[in-house]
Amino acid sequence: MAIKNKKINWMPLLVPVISVLFALIIAGIIIVLIGKNPFMAYGKMLEGAFGSKTAWASNITKMTSLVLTGLAVGFGFRAGVFNIGAEGQMSVGAMFAVMVGINLGNVSPVIAIPLTMLAGMLGGAFWASIAGVLKARTGANEVITTIMLNWIAVYIGNYLVSGPLAVGQGTPKSPEVAMGAQLPALMTVQASSIPSSIITAVVVALIIYIVLEKTTTGYELKAVGFNPYAAEYGGISISKNIILTMAISGALAGLAGSVEVMSVHHRIFGSFAGGKGFDGITIALIGQNNPIGIIFSAFLISSLRSGSNAMQTVGIPDDIVTIIQGIIIFLVAADRIVKTWIRKLSFGKKEGEVK
Amino acid sequence: MSVSNEIDLKDYSVYMKDIVKQFPKVLANDNVNVRIRKGEIHALIGENGAGKSTLVNQLYGLYQPTSGDIYINGEEKKFSGPRDAIKAGIGMVHQHFMLVDNLTVAENVVLGSEPKKSITFDLKKARKQVKELSEKYGLKVDVDAKIEDIPVGTQQRVEIIKTLYRGAEILILDEPTAVLTPQEIEELFEIMRKLKADGKTIIFISHKLHEVMTICDNITVMRLGKVTGNVEVKNTNEKQLANMMVGREVVLRLDKQEKIPGKEIVKVENLWVKDNRNLDAVCGISFSIKKGEILGVAGVAGNGQSELVEALTGLRKIDKGEYKYKDETVNKNTVKELREKSITHIPEDRYKYAMITEYPNYYNMILGRHYKKPFASRGFLDHEYIDKYSNELVKKFDVRPADNTINTGNLSGGNQQKVVIAREVSSNPEFIVIAQPTRGLDVGAIEYVHKEILNLRQHDSAVLLISMELEEVLSLSDRIIVMYEGEIMGEFRPKELTIEEIGLLMAGKKLEEVKLIEETKISLAKEHGGDN
Repeated sequence: MAIKNKKINWMPLLVPVISVLFALIIAGIIIVLIGKNPFMAYGKMLEGAFGSKTAWASNITKMTSLVLTGLAVGFGFRAGVFNIGAEGQMSVGAMFAVMVGINLGNVSPVIAIPLTMLAGMLGGAFWASIAGVLKARTGANEVITTIMLNWIAVYIGNYLVSGPLAVGQGTPKSPEVAMGAQLPALMTVQASSIPSSIITAVVVALIIYIVLEKTTTGYELKAVGFNPYAAEYGGISISKNIILTMAISGALAGLAGSVEVMSVHHRIFGSFAGGKGFDGITIALIGQNNPIGIIFSAFLISSLRSGSNAMQTVGIPDDIVTIIQGIIIFLVAADRIVKTWIRKLSFGKKEGEVK
Repeated sequence: MSVSNEIDLKDYSVYMKDIVKQFPKVLANDNVNVRIRKGEIHALIGENGAGKSTLVNQLYGLYQPTSGDIYINGEEKKFSGPRDAIKAGIGMVHQHFMLVDNLTVAENVVLGSEPKKSITFDLKKARKQVKELSEKYGLKVDVDAKIEDIPVGTQQRVEIIKTLYRGAEILILDEPTAVLTPQEIEELFEIMRKLKADGKTIIFISHKLHEVMTICDNITVMRLGKVTGNVEVKNTNEKQLANMMVGREVVLRLDKQEKIPGKEIVKVENLWVKDNRNLDAVCGISFSIKKGEILGVAGVAGNGQSELVEALTGLRKIDKGEYKYKDETVNKNTVKELREKSITHIPEDRYKYAMITEYPNYYNMILGRHYKKPFASRGFLDHEYIDKYSNELVKKFDVRPADNTINTGNLSGGNQQKVVIAREVSSNPEFIVIAQPTRGLDVGAIEYVHKEILNLRQHDSAVLLISMELEEVLSLSDRIIVMYEGEIMGEFRPKELTIEEIGLLMAGKKLEEVKLIEETKISLAKEHGGDN
């Protein structure tokens, strides 16, 4: 009898969209306060992100690994695991990819490309599984362990590029992976190119969507995420699913590392992930942990980033983009605020519950 | 009784007039009128979702009515929060107690309005005041005991003292008997009578009609947000009340057929189970259950029943002893293995254990069997079949609203329980552990659940029924055991013992002792008879 408000289906879409608009308005006010013209600023930003073919190319390149780290974090969230370690898993994935890739010599791309990708995924999965096993066996909080593993990964990476894998002068870096292990460009525009890895990222997002929505594995993972007690009651092993979630989540971050190697840098250097793993948290939040939503939110973040450089040219600090991002995260995380706005607008009534 | 149009409001300590409470999608109270005389015990009864809680929450200031007026002792009042209501002399004892576990009774009572000596807390004065109150109304408590060390029945007294300390003249008791033993209920009634004699007004919310008939003067019945009846206890009976609550004929007597149980399939010997604090919760108990037999477990909550249930269903480790199912030892089996062996479970805390509230009904209907045919094959869920299957169950088990896509968490308690029962019963269990199946349900839903349990018995399932509702255990079970502090106090068949005797078992007396007491009583009576 006492039915609470039935969930409104377009809510997951409306919340991020309104959050983004609101963030742009607030940032616009800040731009006015520092004495600049917000319309000009946003104009520059759009130009920087979409204004030319080159802009598009760098935008899409940025987006690719963000889709994957976003998926890594979002997948974990869906199963109730807070994987803050996509950064470290991406680095370890890249290390594994490089170590395999530099040894492939004249191997045909048909074998070299999947092999290198797989190596990255294994690396990420391995790194994340450490935290997964610790949580499942001892109850160690995965937020703490993944953050610690991030640092360990950074130092291992630094050691590799300045020790066993070191090559050349200047910045410590590894050798380039074999030609066969490099991903071809989808399209080349002047100096920059759109990497074919974007296709990989989108396909992986679709696969994750299918796993979550159509398979028994997804049913179990989400059950554990929503209510571990009920999952256990239903005969679902919590520890098995925590380890599995961590492994898949890490594999996705690791794949981000390998495609970054295979299509952008062709090698690794110190602090390789450069914050992309952490951006995954933002992206997963904005995308509401929905694989398809994550594709769009990764595009949003990469566009903001690409646009911020252009804004700087007219004297607006790129901190504005950080502010925009911060406001979006705040509103999406505290989605009740936005939901109440939407309800008030559409019903003109206050929210309430029946006991 | 003739009521003139002009009511003398002074006669009524509470008059809620034309109360309408509109929530965004639900009209919870629809022109409700309730009049409660000064110094009476007034029952407020109705099914879950009938609007009782909404109504008293408005009286206690937790909600504000959409329209309508509240008069206290003839004076119109507007409460913007509980503070205003307390000031107007209203006190409420909630179903879940609001006490601080590691403070003493006296400290809890005065919390929020502590007596002060200059700027420090005057514990001496607090103790004295609380003692006075408890003596005055026969609310026996040790003012220095910590809440965590005293039984539930006593905690409830502390809650009552708390309201009196704040000067309550009108007490709202929200299902106060749900957590008590028969003896404790009798004691509570004694206290209520004393309070009434002292001129206090009591609003008593209950599902249990016989209690209402025992203790109350007048009754207001609610259904679907409206008042459907206002009767004096002396002019009504349980059946009439039940019909008013549900709006149709209710069968209060269960149609339990004679049945000869089959082969023994569950055998538990010297079972020991530890609780979360690693203390012994189940201490060496033994019992067996046959096919088509219901074994009832009676007892006050917290005497090892929950741990027993969890141990038998694979959720908790068995410390010592043997758990045999069909002559096979299953001590170490996981939940999944036990489910594969056709052992299922209706848990006591349905919200926490039995469903994923964020999942729609169609997903919750398959939990536990979601990974196998016909619901899934080769790792993929068969959504088409799941949709069809769950739709059938929703209809067959009369889940309302009849929509398999609604999230189970959004259903009312009774309908959530229907989803759980539909799922567990439809797997045709050979052994089913049922804990507290009707907790918080209304008369109509209880009738339904009881029918389903008897149906399981009819279909030759072995049933272990754990319930804090003594009457439920007595009316459904073929045999009954009483648990106290992890041990079995005695085993008997329904009607073998009186309610008082069972109450003694529940309070920790062994069956032999109880029988001894009875014998002494009889022999004493004989001696006295001889003297004369």
